[in-house]
Amino acid sequence: MLLEISGITSHYGRIQALRGIDVEVREGELVALVGANGAGKTTLLRGISGVQPLTAGTIKFDGKDITRMPADARVALGIAQVPEGRQVFGPMSVEDNLRLGAYRRKGDDVEADMKRMYDMFPILFKKRELPAGTLSGGQQQMLAIARALMSHPRLLLLDEPSMGLAPLLVQEIFDAVVALKEAGTTIFLVEQNAYAALAIADRGYVLETGSVVMSDSGKTLLADERIKEAYLGL
Amino acid sequence: MFAELLQYLFAGLTSGAIYALAGLGFAIIYNASHVINFAQGEFIMIGGMATSMMVAAGLPLPLAIALAVVVTMMVGVALEKFAIEPARNSDVVTIIIITIGASIFLRGLAQVVWDKEFHSLPAFSGETPINVAGATLMPQSIWVVGISVLVIVALWWFFNRTLFGKAMLATSFNRLAAQLMGIGVKKVLMVSFALSALLGAVGGIVVTPITFTNYEAGIMLGLKGFSAAVLGGLGNGLGAIVGGLVVGIAEALASGYLSSAYKDAVAFVIILFVLFFLPNGLFGKKGTDRV
Ligand SMILES: Nc1ncnc2c1ncn2[C@@H]1O[C@H](COP(=O)(O)OP(=O)(O)OP(=O)(O)O)[C@@H](O)[C@H]1O
Ligand SMILES: [Mg+2]
Repeated sequence: MLLEISGITSHYGRIQALRGIDVEVREGELVALVGANGAGKTTLLRGISGVQPLTAGTIKFDGKDITRMPADARVALGIAQVPEGRQVFGPMSVEDNLRLGAYRRKGDDVEADMKRMYDMFPILFKKRELPAGTLSGGQQQMLAIARALMSHPRLLLLDEPSMGLAPLLVQEIFDAVVALKEAGTTIFLVEQNAYAALAIADRGYVLETGSVVMSDSGKTLLADERIKEAYLGL
Repeated sequence: MFAELLQYLFAGLTSGAIYALAGLGFAIIYNASHVINFAQGEFIMIGGMATSMMVAAGLPLPLAIALAVVVTMMVGVALEKFAIEPARNSDVVTIIIITIGASIFLRGLAQVVWDKEFHSLPAFSGETPINVAGATLMPQSIWVVGISVLVIVALWWFFNRTLFGKAMLATSFNRLAAQLMGIGVKKVLMVSFALSALLGAVGGIVVTPITFTNYEAGIMLGLKGFSAAVLGGLGNGLGAIVGGLVVGIAEALASGYLSSAYKDAVAFVIILFVLFFLPNGLFGKKGTDRV
């Protein structure tokens, strides 16, 4: 088991955002987490990355208890996140954004990795010297994904990568996610676009107001009547 | 006529360079934490006082300077570690008040460890004035401006050419994303205090042969550095430099053409002017960043 979350809770002041969550992700899997606005998806991902305090529960990564580990050490262990809203370093160049993605990595193959990212997203190569803030939403999303990949993650956390993008770009982002999975990256994908996420996922979890209410294979969830009604608008 | 103006400009540039260094110190800490460190002036004082005291005790000037810079940086790191860090979950206003408390404490400490007298340093390369078009330029002024330029170039290199410098900048642009890249924001905060202390110390040391120093010298220098930073747009490096020069030259002109009684008032007038009419400063980004 690469990621093992048991019983975690988290609060914003008196508001409880997570109410005892159990989630598991195996090496090589693509696991989707779907749920409506405000269900707690972002809070869960931030908890995994160590930038949102937890009030109970444990997180194990590769068998090791990381519940109290600071965020920067988790990146060094191999947990990378593409945060909600992309969060690129707007005034810095595309290239510097990528370089900072490799901040925690030892070794000097950063340039080679950057080249791989440019091969994956050629538009980033064209714009490599421009401030990241001048890129379009879709390009910023590609940059955010490439930046996270620069750390050679063992687990990639994606928070709504399709949010606010035109349908064509959504397709491009989901294709990139599938390609990453096929290349062996373990992915935990958060989406409001439940249909697209479950369609490419090995397994899925459904989150409602801070609790996991269903979990099964992606296919089974897609076929489930309750899911169809609540999330797929069918 | 022209010689007189030139004379004032020399004086303005000299003090402006010190204000620019102090303004950069404010900017670096502000960027790392959104905190305005009102102990910045005390870094300037400690740099000058420590050097004077060590020279008076018989140490050669270069060694005294190096030690004083190290001591000031250690004070900066200690301030972060023991006063700012424990309060990191408090709101920014609380932390700013802590820095005001720290500045009072450091002044008291300087009084106890050293004394209340004024101290000076020998000029680095003699006191023979240089005549420039009828105005006199003291060699120490050249040291002040030259070293300030060197420090600013080194700082530019650090923030634009080294990975850690870029990580510090990235933290100021987006703290959450920086954490997700594995940048240790605690370390960033500590280095920002060390760097700001370094800037203060260097300014305090090079200017002491001209202005003298005592345990209270940091109050005015800090306030003028603050007005430089505010004028340039808090957190903007280039702005702090331009702001420092503007404050320095404005006060030199005011004390030359009006009365030296107005010298210190200029910085306050500039702060008020900026707060009322230019809340983002000359170069500050528009937006709702808290001040
Ligand atoms: N900074 C905050 N302060 C207070 N409450 C918050 C904060 N951030 C989130 N919440 C609350 O916590 C709950 C979970 O929010 P979270 O952002 O994790 O949901 P989400 O599933 O990611 O939603 P979305 O699909 O809109 O991104 C919501 O009720 C939200 O209002
Ligand atoms: Mg969210």
